[in-house]
Amino acid sequence: MPHEHAVPHATWVRSCCLTDFVRQSLAVAEADVRKLRHDPTELITRAVQPTLWLLVFGQVMGRLREVPTGSLSYRDFMAPGILAQSVLFISIFYGISIIWERDMGILQKFIASPAPRVALVLGKALSAGVRGLTQAVIVYFLAVVIGINARFGLLNIVGVLFSTILGAAIFSTFSMIVACLVKTRERMMGIGQVLTMPLFFASNAIYPLALMPAWLQVIAKINPLSYQVDLLRALMIEGGQSAFGIGVDLAVQLAVLVVLVGLAARLYPRIVA
Amino acid sequence: MYMNTAADEHAVRPALEAVHLTRRFGSFTAVDAISFSVLPGTIFGLLGPNGAGKSTTIKMLTTLLLPTAGTGRVNGFDIVRQSVDVRRVIGYVPQMLSADGNLTALENLLIFAKLYGIPRAERRERIMEVLAFMGLADVAGVLVRKFSGGMIRRLEIAQSMLHRPPVLFLDEPTVGLDPVARRSVWEHIFRLRTEFGTTILLTTHYMEEAEELCQQVAIMHHGRVVTLGAPADLKGVAGVATLDEAFAHFTGSSIQEGGTYRDAARARRTARHLG
Repeated sequence: MPHEHAVPHATWVRSCCLTDFVRQSLAVAEADVRKLRHDPTELITRAVQPTLWLLVFGQVMGRLREVPTGSLSYRDFMAPGILAQSVLFISIFYGISIIWERDMGILQKFIASPAPRVALVLGKALSAGVRGLTQAVIVYFLAVVIGINARFGLLNIVGVLFSTILGAAIFSTFSMIVACLVKTRERMMGIGQVLTMPLFFASNAIYPLALMPAWLQVIAKINPLSYQVDLLRALMIEGGQSAFGIGVDLAVQLAVLVVLVGLAARLYPRIVA
Repeated sequence: MYMNTAADEHAVRPALEAVHLTRRFGSFTAVDAISFSVLPGTIFGLLGPNGAGKSTTIKMLTTLLLPTAGTGRVNGFDIVRQSVDVRRVIGYVPQMLSADGNLTALENLLIFAKLYGIPRAERRERIMEVLAFMGLADVAGVLVRKFSGGMIRRLEIAQSMLHRPPVLFLDEPTVGLDPVARRSVWEHIFRLRTEFGTTILLTTHYMEEAEELCQQVAIMHHGRVVTLGAPADLKGVAGVATLDEAFAHFTGSSIQEGGTYRDAARARRTARHLG
């Protein structure tokens, strides 16, 4: 025999507890954060869209004074909607990144590791959340520049950042589910395009639900984006009110996330099959 | 040189086994009830043209793909029923370029050290150890997209051995590499076996690679294992001088043929990334 010494076994590689799970999820997210640090151009290009919506669309629509936004000015009303929207736009195409990593062979190695699939999915959702955070920073910055009545209390800001991550996690996980089913970049692009606008328009992002016809209100109320916008509006804007109640907003979003992550974890291995 | 005798097979538990392993995609049978076993410390080659079923076999043994029928065992763990245990004891280098080009070599390894639960106190040391072993210590902080194809492959192997797996899967480890880089990768694979006793299953369609590295090879053709043995024995049985000729003898066709459009596209894409 060519070797007498024992094979060094990986006996300490045991993932049994929560700390392992958290560490593995964070490791997946860390890879993305480090990539962004090496090449932050993406973050700059991402700033264009919310700027246009707030500066151009918001200014013009604000002059109409026709949208019943209660005690809020239209720009104040729409700012949280624009934050939610730009987070949605980033997240809904997030599935493309896992298809890309699959094509490269990177994803195969993650899936062949002992990390639970749920940790892999949550890690990805979290890194979409980090990208979402940059949008929150941009919208807050614009808020100061154009004089939106934003709240700057510590709890408010922490709350806004948290719900931004939550929203990004929901829609990126949804996107990953679609990616696992359609498996190619081209199809994913097409489906992402088809999904974004309906999700955006069938929500309370840029007009209140009360303005919608009844059938659209029903759709808007099952759209998780509405709950994200509602939560952001209450947390972010001076005088902003939650229409559903902050507790409901949180509960609905967390429940949706749990279901989506569970589903994505089941489907995740399919993308490399 | 290791000799595969009946006595050994009873004495030592195989590190790796396929038992009537089968995978169908619709009506197409990619892997057709193949069986083999690999003893610890062996470099075992799955040989065949693109589309022979090698990658599908690796995907099943690494738990990326469920078998349609049959099963496999890695270090005694069943690939279907104990897939998580299997994942703990294997390292895997896919055929495609799998190191992240937008991270440094060190970062690539760091992420996997965390994923595999290597304790914080050991991470740095372990990472530097595998980098040194693969001859990459002085480029630890360099972005991987600036690496050559051979360096990327060595990094990927470093990544797969970080948690010291007893069994390693290498899917076409030298595809698209120039002869110098190829030889360097071979040397490192060989050292893994001699220094750590790692059992290695590799797929290749380069006969030279199989002859150079493998103690045992299985020739695959249309999803079946046509023949199995030490390269020298296969040449002896076929009565030919090279493994290339032995392959033609056992399959009735040249290794250069075969493969689907998708295989060819993938192989070239990999070659382009690596080149």
